[in-house]
Amino acid sequence: MKPKHIEKDVVLYVDGVSVSFDGFKALNNLSLILNRGEMRAIIGPNGAGKTTMMDVITGKTRPDEGVVEFDGSIDLTKHDEAQIANLGIGRKFQKPSVIETLTVYENLELAITGQRGNWANLFFKRSAAQSQRIDELLALVRLQDQPDTVAGSLSHGQKQWLEIGMLLAQEPKVLLIDEPAAGMTDAETERTAELFKELAQHYSLVVVEHDMTFIRALNCKVTVLHEGSVLAEGTLDQVQKNQKVIDVYLGR
Amino acid sequence: MKAGPITQFLTEDKGGQRLLLVILALSIYMPLAHLLLPSDSMFYVSSYTLTLWGKYLCYGMLALAVDLVWGYCGILSLGHGAFFALGGYGMGMYLMRQIGDRGVYGDPVLPDFMVFLSYEKLPWFWLGMDMFWFAMIMAVLVPGLLAFVFGWLAFRSRVTGVYLSIITQALTFSLMLAFFRNEMGFGGNNGLTDFRDILGFSLQSSGVRAALFFASGLLLIIAYLVCRYIVNSRLGRTMVAVRDAESRTRFLGYRVEWVKTFAFVASAMIAAIAGILYVPQVGIINPSEFSPIQSIEIIVWVAVGGRGTLYGAVLGAIVVNYLKTWFTSHYPDMWLFFLGALFVVTTLFMPKGLVGVWGQVKDYIAIRRGYQKPGDGTASQGGA
Repeated sequence: MKPKHIEKDVVLYVDGVSVSFDGFKALNNLSLILNRGEMRAIIGPNGAGKTTMMDVITGKTRPDEGVVEFDGSIDLTKHDEAQIANLGIGRKFQKPSVIETLTVYENLELAITGQRGNWANLFFKRSAAQSQRIDELLALVRLQDQPDTVAGSLSHGQKQWLEIGMLLAQEPKVLLIDEPAAGMTDAETERTAELFKELAQHYSLVVVEHDMTFIRALNCKVTVLHEGSVLAEGTLDQVQKNQKVIDVYLGR
Repeated sequence: MKAGPITQFLTEDKGGQRLLLVILALSIYMPLAHLLLPSDSMFYVSSYTLTLWGKYLCYGMLALAVDLVWGYCGILSLGHGAFFALGGYGMGMYLMRQIGDRGVYGDPVLPDFMVFLSYEKLPWFWLGMDMFWFAMIMAVLVPGLLAFVFGWLAFRSRVTGVYLSIITQALTFSLMLAFFRNEMGFGGNNGLTDFRDILGFSLQSSGVRAALFFASGLLLIIAYLVCRYIVNSRLGRTMVAVRDAESRTRFLGYRVEWVKTFAFVASAMIAAIAGILYVPQVGIINPSEFSPIQSIEIIVWVAVGGRGTLYGAVLGAIVVNYLKTWFTSHYPDMWLFFLGALFVVTTLFMPKGLVGVWGQVKDYIAIRRGYQKPGDGTASQGGA
């Protein structure tokens, strides 16, 4: 089924995936191939299936049919959310979802890679490496001055950043990021785009976004989804000139 | 909060430290006063008072167990009375077998109710219950196992919120119906009572009463420290994460169903220990302990004291039950109205319970004076 020659470079392989809810086809024969170290932006109108696609990849939704493979040959449809997270797929939600009653530091400590079992968790002590990593991440997401702040009292943009920090703490191979720039100020959006370009050097990224300025700043390959399948793929300029895309966005 | 669980208890849990000091003082003073002081002394503690307060301490431990699972893990269990009662039945079975041939029918092995119901021999699950150590292990293990099976099935199927609360009610209700049946072999309607000895000492003696009281206080302190250790560990913070953002926790790679099962089982076992201590002090265990209303009352204790604080739960249990004793002796008809009103007032005006009142008063004064500390009032404890 899968051409052999692309196997070693592909980190995420989605082929012919369909999902329907009560007769509504949320995904319709969707295919997407993400290479190692690639950054990909996904755009599409509301209801195009962007979030459902992420749900399928992270194990929240089971596809009716199709192949979802990760890192060679791991069949993601056979794993649940926690297992997929531990395999190395990190997900950032559209709405910032940090643990609001815990402090910034505790949030990162919870996310830091390592044993996840109850006993290990009960007697958990940070190793020197983990402490160092948390400090690095605090600096990266610019929260180094407020490790003891309760996450619920951070600004919207800071919560988004903290969540990105938590994703990185998990040391994922693939990052799935849902509308990171939503609700951010212009300055924050700009900084976030910079951060992503930096991250793209170490991770594979899938970014779902509406903000075209942000996508332009990312400067990466763009996939356009429409009614649950891929409508077009290419650079932002190519995609924006595509007649089908124009029709979908502007209406016929 | 970057310190370990133990340092964190010592530096941050001022409320808990105060509570434990008071309980320690009570557990030493009350038994000694009962044993050593003349009964006309002002400081004498009668056996009635001692038993009553012993009961409060057991309720405190039960509330602690519920707070662990509800306050920290967000699982609103309306069936924790079941684990308490099962623990109590375990102790009851041991005490029944200690009666020996001193029962009304004088059978050396069978308890009175079995002779009355013309049992030929001891049912298999009564075997070994004459050994204290075995009975105690069983009294903790059986409720723990029930909680494990029930919790694992429910949490694996992702039953949450009000649905989970309802099936916990169903659990305790069905156990109540089962234990009411004579065929179950637990004394049916009447339950287990007329106990005489524990470990060879008479339950009526001052020394045993004092010792049971002391044991209740001591085990409450230990249970508190265990719970505090759990909630201060990273597992405790994972429990909070499950409470506040369950699916986020799952995407962080934690197996939410196991985190919940752990909290539920630990809590059930603590509730069982409370039941074990309760039965020899009150002298009876019957199926009414399983009644759903009992379990709901525990929730009120925790809410009144302050959910998600551990020490608040213990305080709430003691305060509400003290009031209950007073009301039921002065205005017996008014108690349930008062309990309902207490719950409403707590929900509306004291969302953080009794232990949060002081903070609320300080905030109120600060606002009246026209300034507020930045960040105050934003740190919510999460909804019900």
